Amino acid sequence: MTEEEQVALKIFTANRLSDGIVVFLCGDGSWTEAPDASGVIGSTDMETRMKAVADAAEEAAIVVGPYPIEVSNEGGDVRPLSLRESIRAYGPTTHPEFAKQSAVANKGY
Amino acid sequence: MYRYDELDQRLVDERVEQFRDQVARRLAGEITEDEFKPLRLMNGLYLQLHAYMLRIGIPYGMLTSTQLRTLAEISRKYDRGYGHFTTRQCLQLNWPKLEETPDILAQLAKVQMHAIQTSGNSFRNVTADQYAGAAADEIEDSRIWAEIIRQWSTLHPEFSFLPRKFKIAVTGSPHDRAAVRFHDIGIVLHKAPDGEIGFEILIGGGLGRTPMIGQTLRKFLPKKHLLSYLEAMLRIYNLMGRRDNKYKARIKILVFELGIDELQKLIEDEWNEIKDGPLALPQAEIDRITEQFAAPPFQAPAPASPGTQVRKLDNPAFDDWVRVNVAEHKQPGYAIVNLSLKGLGRVPGDLTAAEMDSVADLSDQFSFGELRVTHEQNLVFAHVLEADLLPLWQSLSSLELTTPNLNMISDIICCPGLDYCSLANARSIPVAGRISTRFQDLKRQHDIGELRLKISGCINACGHHHAGHIGILGVDRSGEEYYQITLGGDAGENASIGKVIGPAFSSDDVIDAVETIVATYLEIREPGETFLASYRRIGEKPFKERLYPEPNHAAA
Repeated sequence: MTEEEQVALKIFTANRLSDGIVVFLCGDGSWTEAPDASGVIGSTDMETRMKAVADAAEEAAIVVGPYPIEVSNEGGDVRPLSLRESIRAYGPTTHPEFAKQSAVANKGY
Repeated sequence: MYRYDELDQRLVDERVEQFRDQVARRLAGEITEDEFKPLRLMNGLYLQLHAYMLRIGIPYGMLTSTQLRTLAEISRKYDRGYGHFTTRQCLQLNWPKLEETPDILAQLAKVQMHAIQTSGNSFRNVTADQYAGAAADEIEDSRIWAEIIRQWSTLHPEFSFLPRKFKIAVTGSPHDRAAVRFHDIGIVLHKAPDGEIGFEILIGGGLGRTPMIGQTLRKFLPKKHLLSYLEAMLRIYNLMGRRDNKYKARIKILVFELGIDELQKLIEDEWNEIKDGPLALPQAEIDRITEQFAAPPFQAPAPASPGTQVRKLDNPAFDDWVRVNVAEHKQPGYAIVNLSLKGLGRVPGDLTAAEMDSVADLSDQFSFGELRVTHEQNLVFAHVLEADLLPLWQSLSSLELTTPNLNMISDIICCPGLDYCSLANARSIPVAGRISTRFQDLKRQHDIGELRLKISGCINACGHHHAGHIGILGVDRSGEEYYQITLGGDAGENASIGKVIGPAFSSDDVIDAVETIVATYLEIREPGETFLASYRRIGEKPFKERLYPEPNHAAA
């Protein structure tokens, strides 16, 4: 195995086609609503492979508009780095009683 | 209230079934997202930050209690139990599922509602004065003309692919409550010296990244020519509006680039060719639509119940509410009641399903079973007996919809911002919440007086920040939320565009900045002078000096 170029940690995200909910790509090719359960990418080779999986899921009408986002990973606690993606993952910051942050984990902003 | 005829109903029902088939094909993977996106947008379905968003049109902001109950039922059954009223007098659902959207649209169709043309490069929901048919200062009911325009502009075959979206607003009162000067076409009813009523036609207003105030294209247009004139305007725009750059595609840019005189000549030439054709409005058709907006069966004028005045004096909270949130009605013995959706802790424009049901019940009890949505994201009961004000206030108080803050600093227009919108750069709703909290003392708000504050989370300006006496625009500075402040905007009959006061403020500092602006106003105002009047008299200098005591201290 050749040494892979290291890149910033990333995960793939998209919206699920059937209901539009934000999802993240897992290592096994399934999609999850929890960033913690997603497949964290640490190399360009892996990003290429995961992109192919994400694109195939879009082609198969499972998700819409997949794209990679940068994340931090502290002992398995995977969090998007940007505010926009944090709000996508856990928000909205208003109406917490209605939002998915109550169904997933409250990560704060 | 206009009721669909058989043709209207069939058109909407068929559209639902068309969309049902399109959704099924999309879910089955038979069409791609690129192919599907324009189809869903034509039916008001966006894909936003978290989920799909369905924008439901409410023509000229008018709802029956039955329609509101249906919106409640839909939001409970298919969404998360609430809806968001917008600056185009629409309702947005933030969490509908694609697979259930056809069922939502079918349920809407049963109460004569739809989401057609609430997105895309088409005519958008026609808006009007929320006091139409009730306002004491009204020349004529603007809903009649908004409805005629709605019928003309719905699925108009020649204008189904405009250069860009197109917004029309109508007011029948000289006091502009519909922000007509910030619309692609603004229509103002006027009475000529000989008593004839007609229209002033404004063109080229708009907000967004290039805010412009509409200019008068024609000072007086006889009623029968309304549609032919609009047709001529749209033909010229459709032909000459730019399609090479979406940021320069609105009609305001065409007005700017051609000049109002040249554009007027082109439109008038076109109009002269068609004005006596099939679009000339027969009086019988005007009468038919007018009948649909007949006044409700008002009771004969009667004095307020003997106890009302006494209780009013004993009840300062009720008194404040009457003074601030109740407007004069043209029918003696009646009043117009504004329901504030901007109470402390509320998200501007949001209403839960339970609240929708309760408001629907109260509209049945107190306002002939109808209500209005305002472009300022509040609700209106247009026809309330003055004698019923106290019991209505008591009922609305239990729903926390009586905050006496209409047109005050906490009556904030606020877009969904980065909490929901995929276009936003920064959050809006939390900023509105923090301002409401900071200024929650109603005595203080009343001392400050009329001060219209408007917040947008990006330059697209859905929160009308350019038209705010104080405007706040969210911007992204290297991943951080910053807020640019404008002063001196106004959406009324003396419309103005707010001026950027200086460098943007951090999220932590923006509330203090608003506080500083208000404090400065309180120091400089003359007796009885509103914030806007003070600003227009003195200008930005004292505000700027107080906000930026050291040059660029807040530069980001």
